[in-house]
Amino acid sequence: MVSPDNFQLPEQLSTGAAEVDDLYMFVYWFSLIFTAIIVAVMIYCIVKFRRRPGVKAEPVGHNLVMELVWTFGPVVFIAILFHLGFKVYVHNAVAQEGAMEIRARGRQWLWEFQYPNGSTATNELKLPVGKPVKFIISSDDVLHSFYVPGARLKRDAVPGMYTNITFTPTKLGPMQVFCAEYCGTSHSGMLAMIEVMTPEAFQKFLDEGDKPPAGTSPEEYGATLYKKNACNTCHSVDGSKMPGPTWKGLWGKQEQMADGSTVQVDENYVKESILKPQAKIAAGFTTTQMPPFTLKDPQIDAIIAYMKTLK
Amino acid sequence: MGAATTTVPRAQPHHPDPNENYLKAERGIMSWLVTLDHKRIGIMYLISVILAFAVGGAFALGVRLELFSRGRTIMDADQYNRAFTLHGVVMVFLFIIPSIPAALGNFILPIQLGAKDVAFPRLNLMSYYIYVFGACFALYSMVNGAVDTGWTFYTPYSMRTASSVIPMVLGAFIMGFSSILTGVNFLVTVHKLRAPGQTWTKLPLFIWGLYSTSIIQVLATPVLAITLLLLCLERFLGLGIFDPKLGGDPVLFQHFFWFYSHPAVYIMIVPGMAVVNEIIATFTRRAIVGYMFVAMSSLALALLGFLVWGHHLFVSGMSEYATMVFSGLTFLVAIPSGVKVFNWVATLYKGSIRLESPMLYALSFIFLFTIGGLTGLFLGMLAIDVHLHDTYFVVAHFHYVMVGGTVMGFVGGLHYWWPKMTGKLYSEGMAKVAWFLVFIGFNVTFIAQFIMGSRGMPRRYYDYLPEFEIFHKVSTIGSWILGAGFLTMLAMFIISLKSGAKSTRNPWGSAALEWQTPTPPPLANFIKVPTITRGPYDYHLATEEELSEQ
Amino acid sequence: MSQAASHAESSAASHDESHAGGHDEHHGPPWLAHHFDTPAQQFDAAKLGMWAFLAQELLFFSGVFVAYGIFRSWYPEAFSTASHQLDRVMGAANTIVLLFSSWTAAMAVRSSQLGKKQQTTTLLLITIACAFIFLIVKYFEYQHKFHAGLLPGKYFGHPVDGGLFGAIPAGHGHTPHLAPKAHIFFSLYFVMTGIHALHVIVGIGVLFWIVKRNASGEFSKEFFTPVDLVALYWHLVDLIWIYLFPLLYLID
Repeated sequence: MVSPDNFQLPEQLSTGAAEVDDLYMFVYWFSLIFTAIIVAVMIYCIVKFRRRPGVKAEPVGHNLVMELVWTFGPVVFIAILFHLGFKVYVHNAVAQEGAMEIRARGRQWLWEFQYPNGSTATNELKLPVGKPVKFIISSDDVLHSFYVPGARLKRDAVPGMYTNITFTPTKLGPMQVFCAEYCGTSHSGMLAMIEVMTPEAFQKFLDEGDKPPAGTSPEEYGATLYKKNACNTCHSVDGSKMPGPTWKGLWGKQEQMADGSTVQVDENYVKESILKPQAKIAAGFTTTQMPPFTLKDPQIDAIIAYMKTLK
Repeated sequence: MGAATTTVPRAQPHHPDPNENYLKAERGIMSWLVTLDHKRIGIMYLISVILAFAVGGAFALGVRLELFSRGRTIMDADQYNRAFTLHGVVMVFLFIIPSIPAALGNFILPIQLGAKDVAFPRLNLMSYYIYVFGACFALYSMVNGAVDTGWTFYTPYSMRTASSVIPMVLGAFIMGFSSILTGVNFLVTVHKLRAPGQTWTKLPLFIWGLYSTSIIQVLATPVLAITLLLLCLERFLGLGIFDPKLGGDPVLFQHFFWFYSHPAVYIMIVPGMAVVNEIIATFTRRAIVGYMFVAMSSLALALLGFLVWGHHLFVSGMSEYATMVFSGLTFLVAIPSGVKVFNWVATLYKGSIRLESPMLYALSFIFLFTIGGLTGLFLGMLAIDVHLHDTYFVVAHFHYVMVGGTVMGFVGGLHYWWPKMTGKLYSEGMAKVAWFLVFIGFNVTFIAQFIMGSRGMPRRYYDYLPEFEIFHKVSTIGSWILGAGFLTMLAMFIISLKSGAKSTRNPWGSAALEWQTPTPPPLANFIKVPTITRGPYDYHLATEEELSEQ
Repeated sequence: MSQAASHAESSAASHDESHAGGHDEHHGPPWLAHHFDTPAQQFDAAKLGMWAFLAQELLFFSGVFVAYGIFRSWYPEAFSTASHQLDRVMGAANTIVLLFSSWTAAMAVRSSQLGKKQQTTTLLLITIACAFIFLIVKYFEYQHKFHAGLLPGKYFGHPVDGGLFGAIPAGHGHTPHLAPKAHIFFSLYFVMTGIHALHVIVGIGVLFWIVKRNASGEFSKEFFTPVDLVALYWHLVDLIWIYLFPLLYLID
């Protein structure tokens, strides 16, 4: 433990994080000192007043002043705590002028982001450093919670209503997003990553869109897309049972459908299943929850290439 | 009286001797199953809640073991979700709520009042069987697919999941009525069955605690009942009250749920505090400092408990105004909690302290509850709560209050009153070893959780990022130490039952009323109806004979 | 065995004398439980217990009242139009029936206090009769709703022809002449009146039990606690309806 500051709390990645951390450390040190005093007095008493033959406990007298002091004295302190907590909360809740609005939709079990220009991304968001951003959070099914530890912020995604959080990223690099409200089987797989980049790089990304990193094979790119699009929260690649059919050995298979027909798992079937998941439903998976994904042909090709490797 | 003589009196087939030891007054399994004696009903509750604790504990160890390493360790995600849900449901509804009031309270409360029984003995037995009936529903759910919603049953997930929600919710609903009826019974008993001279200012603080608890049980539990009933109907008929797809409001469910379940936190902790009072007084041979302040702080907690439910919804999309009000009210809880801690510590000063095992648990309670309470300040502060909500910090916080508080109180009380209930002594050496393991194991388990929580580890996660692995490993190892402690304790109590030395009337040399009657108590609790002339902690007024440990 | 028999004898003897002495723990009249010292203490305890129980009943119902308030403020038109589907005449008739039965229950307590056994029985039977009338009216109201498809939740908009217990088709739908979300009103209507009707049915059972005990001469001027308690319960059932009727039937 080099410094308690970076041991107890994650790295500060937003403008508001430092304020929250200062409050946290303030209450932490207060609590530590208070506990130490209580324990010290207890140990002192246990040693000093341990039972000895012939020595009786002193009968308890009345000390109204003392009682009143420790009953109502703490009121002052908790008033201060309440004030500080609320002040920082309000400060962190108010969106700055010109904040970029990002839609964040929670869904079992992925986060779908929508940029102001309408383009969408799953589980991976790019943001410019130093620019305020406001997340408009909603849910398509059950409760989720959009949690960004680096910004010390979270807000529930409640079906039927919109909630929001706002912050300004201060550091280039990744920012972890968790789902913090329990939402079922793959709750712990509902992770998203924010990549904070320079405003120039962000503008370039908006103009050009998502492309495979140079030098990656289609199979590798497909494997990346499998994770990025949260396919892994429902489809295993090792044959284990999950809410969706496993991809292991799926390619080329004669798949039994829920309506009794059989389908050859080929390019057309995979493409249709990604773009229109409800069109054909595999037997045993009647209550499918898979949402349609707006992937482009090169991306679908990469996923197919990856699937072919999963024998 | 003319009418009365024409009736056939509902005479019992035989009358056991009221002065006989309650364990020996009647024999046979039926004499237990249909007993109206509060002491025997208390013992039946005790056995039931210890069984529930074992089941809940097994789920806890399973959850911790799964989290020992990343990815799959012993179970898959669905099994894990069921395991942590069942841990919560069993511990909350089957163990902790009935633990101190229904088990220890049933046994001790009437004796401390100087009464022969609770006000409604048949209702008392009925409460027990309602509890068992509810537990059967929970058991049915467990073997029938179980529940994976978390013990809070949040909608709309509890509408969508294919798991066995309705039997479990009905089980909790039914057990709620057991809790309500116990509360009604105790309220009336405290009001109407005090022995001559047992005035409100002479009541043991254990009674004040249970009295406050009873108020919450009677007034809060029915709200949970209607909420759970609506939840069942919603799932069954699609009422449209909690499900947004049908026009309902999932946040309303959270309001309803926590309107009960936050007061329920005080149903759990106030009895723990109540036990600690008794133990500290006995093992310091001194009255609790600030008696009236401590008594009133229990009532204050009971009433404040109804006003703070909203702090469970700080990030649920509640209005800013509501969050402010609830944050302010939440801080007020610190006042009565502080009053208790300060007065307990002041009682130690100039006392005559003996560190027997019950006292070790009482002192652990003060230490662990202080940590539990202070970490509550972090969560009451809005800005910090937004970061810590639904992380392991919260998990650690409420385990410090529920385990560090209530379970320490329950276990301490069990040690303290064990000779009274069974007439047997236990091995003090073994008890101290068990205490040490429990104390160390508990802190190792949950301090690790505080740190990973403040570092951002969300709760109810089957899998986690590599950076959290070290904390999960430490926490899991702690849970083994904790489990070993409880197993040692169990072995110790079993040995005591089989071959423990016979207890004297008053092995701790306490001035309290329950130790003035024979050990174990006679069927009618007292050979002669006692007249109360001094307070339960007036060691300076008690005679040598009353305090004699022989 | 013989010892047990002699105990029973001695306790019976003590009942006849209505004084302690025959048996060490059995003092006072037969209805005085062993753990109470005086009849007044037992009566007070029973009464306090009943009040505590009624307090929890009120809080039980408070949940649905709060839900009603919230959804009424969310969907005022739906609630307004939906409440017109209820039959105010039937509701008013039931209100009068219940109010009257509450009065007969109170009178039964009074006659029991005066030791008029026969009159108590009559008044209690009238109370029970009123409870049955209430349920019959409720049956016709429910049946009408079922025929009109005004069912709770997902069954809303699917009329049932096979009587009250006929098969209910599942699926979503809505009755065109009602505002959207009207199904929530009927959900609450059925939950609120349903739980209330359940209380009426429980009340009937308890009232019959009290009638039986009264007929066997268990009660007297000195001991009428159970009559008093059941009347208190019945007043609560009445009181809840007094709130349900305007909320569900009358307010626009």
